Amino acid sequence: MSISVIDKKMLHFFNDLQEYFFLAGRSLLRMFRRPFYYREFAIQFDKLGFSSLFICILTGLFTGMVMALQALIQLKPFAATSYVGGMVAATMIKELGPVLASLMVAGRVGSAITAELGTMVVTEQVDAMRVEGTDIIQRLVVPRMKAMLLAMPLLTVVTDLISLVGGYIMSAGYGINPTMYIKGLPQFMVFQDLIEGLVKPVFFGMIITLTGCYIGLNTRGGAEGVGNAAKQAVVLSSVLILMSDFFITKVFVVFR
Amino acid sequence: MTSSDSIRMEKLSYTIGGRRILEDFDFSLERGVNRTILGISGAGKTTILKLLLGLLQPDAGRVCIGDVCITGVPESDFMELRKRIAIVFQGGALFDSMTVGENVGYRLFEEGRLSQVEIEQIIREKLSFVGVEPALDLYPAELSGGMKKRVAIARALAADPDYIFFDEPTTGLDPIGVYNICNLMQRLQAEGKTTLMVTHDLETAFRTSQRFTFLHQARMIFEGTQEEMRESRLPEVQQFLRPTVESLFV
Repeated sequence: MSISVIDKKMLHFFNDLQEYFFLAGRSLLRMFRRPFYYREFAIQFDKLGFSSLFICILTGLFTGMVMALQALIQLKPFAATSYVGGMVAATMIKELGPVLASLMVAGRVGSAITAELGTMVVTEQVDAMRVEGTDIIQRLVVPRMKAMLLAMPLLTVVTDLISLVGGYIMSAGYGINPTMYIKGLPQFMVFQDLIEGLVKPVFFGMIITLTGCYIGLNTRGGAEGVGNAAKQAVVLSSVLILMSDFFITKVFVVFR
Repeated sequence: MTSSDSIRMEKLSYTIGGRRILEDFDFSLERGVNRTILGISGAGKTTILKLLLGLLQPDAGRVCIGDVCITGVPESDFMELRKRIAIVFQGGALFDSMTVGENVGYRLFEEGRLSQVEIEQIIREKLSFVGVEPALDLYPAELSGGMKKRVAIARALAADPDYIFFDEPTTGLDPIGVYNICNLMQRLQAEGKTTLMVTHDLETAFRTSQRFTFLHQARMIFEGTQEEMRESRLPEVQQFLRPTVESLFV
């Protein structure tokens, strides 16, 4: 690969990065500016948030069950199965709940946002809105962002709670009674862990929306372009979620 | 005629993906003179409309609406000026998630200056003008191609603009659909609207415009009336007017 090609690719990458952060900044500023598009917000909350509930319940249930199963196998030789609730709670609430729920939502919602906006771009609906005097970020990005900022923590809480239920279902099979399981839940956690478990999905929700909107609004090339954009949005938002998870965790560890 | 009654492109150049679309392009649309930009597919006709509206930014040159130049200016600063112009996109570009009525009244709802009753009255009036009033509550997916274009015209008319741009308004329509669209354009012109159309459909162009611009290889190579165009000795123009079998294979 020649230097000019690398140079071009780097330039393209940094230009995209700059535009991504511009979009983030503009969206955050416009969140507090009129018009608020309440109807659009409600529609997006239903489409992006409420309709992802079932997938999050399934994710939480089975992850909680498998976490408990693995923990029980490890703890049983040491007669320490009473710690299973605490292990499931600490792992799910701090880490797996936010990450898994966000990855599931990224797959479901990120691609939907990109496909919808991408189709609007290639069919010139976005241009039509601009000609009609609409601020595209205010109209299309901000309601989705607000919906996700509210929905993602709620979905994570549901995922966490269901995973604890799943953990109990598994533990019950190993003779652990409900009181022992519930009493064990907070034993490896502090209050800051609950905050961590709620802050992460807020960031992840922002990443999913911004990535979906950025790629969607920059879609080129008809139906094939929309398909590629949707795929790209899911991959990119998933990678960004995993990367930012590390950095957010690191920040919480520093301030522990 | 003053400069405030025109939309102009001055020495405009535009490149996309390394391909030069326009080079040193001068163009002026005066109030009351209906124009058509002609050229083969891919010549850059739609790009001209998007540049005139400020949807695209040129590499060089400038676009002025009246006395104000919009090139390099943030979009929010010329929103008011742009309200003098409306566009009917090639595919209609109707908003999928809204009904026909909501599409037509979109700008009025966004502005929020009029009451719901007043907006509904305007919507009905515009839909009646284009002859699709019964489609008020339908969604764009339920409309035919011709109906979509007529609804798009109604949407363009809702805010009472001075200039209306048409991007290939008759492409993909049957002869009756073409006739209806031409008829609508003539009625708009009779009501004092200035139209600018880009097309490669000569019949529609000659029926609805007084002046013609011919675009070839990123440059304007002809500008004049229908008669002047027919008498032009430029081979590109003659080939466009009367394509021969040989020229199709060149």
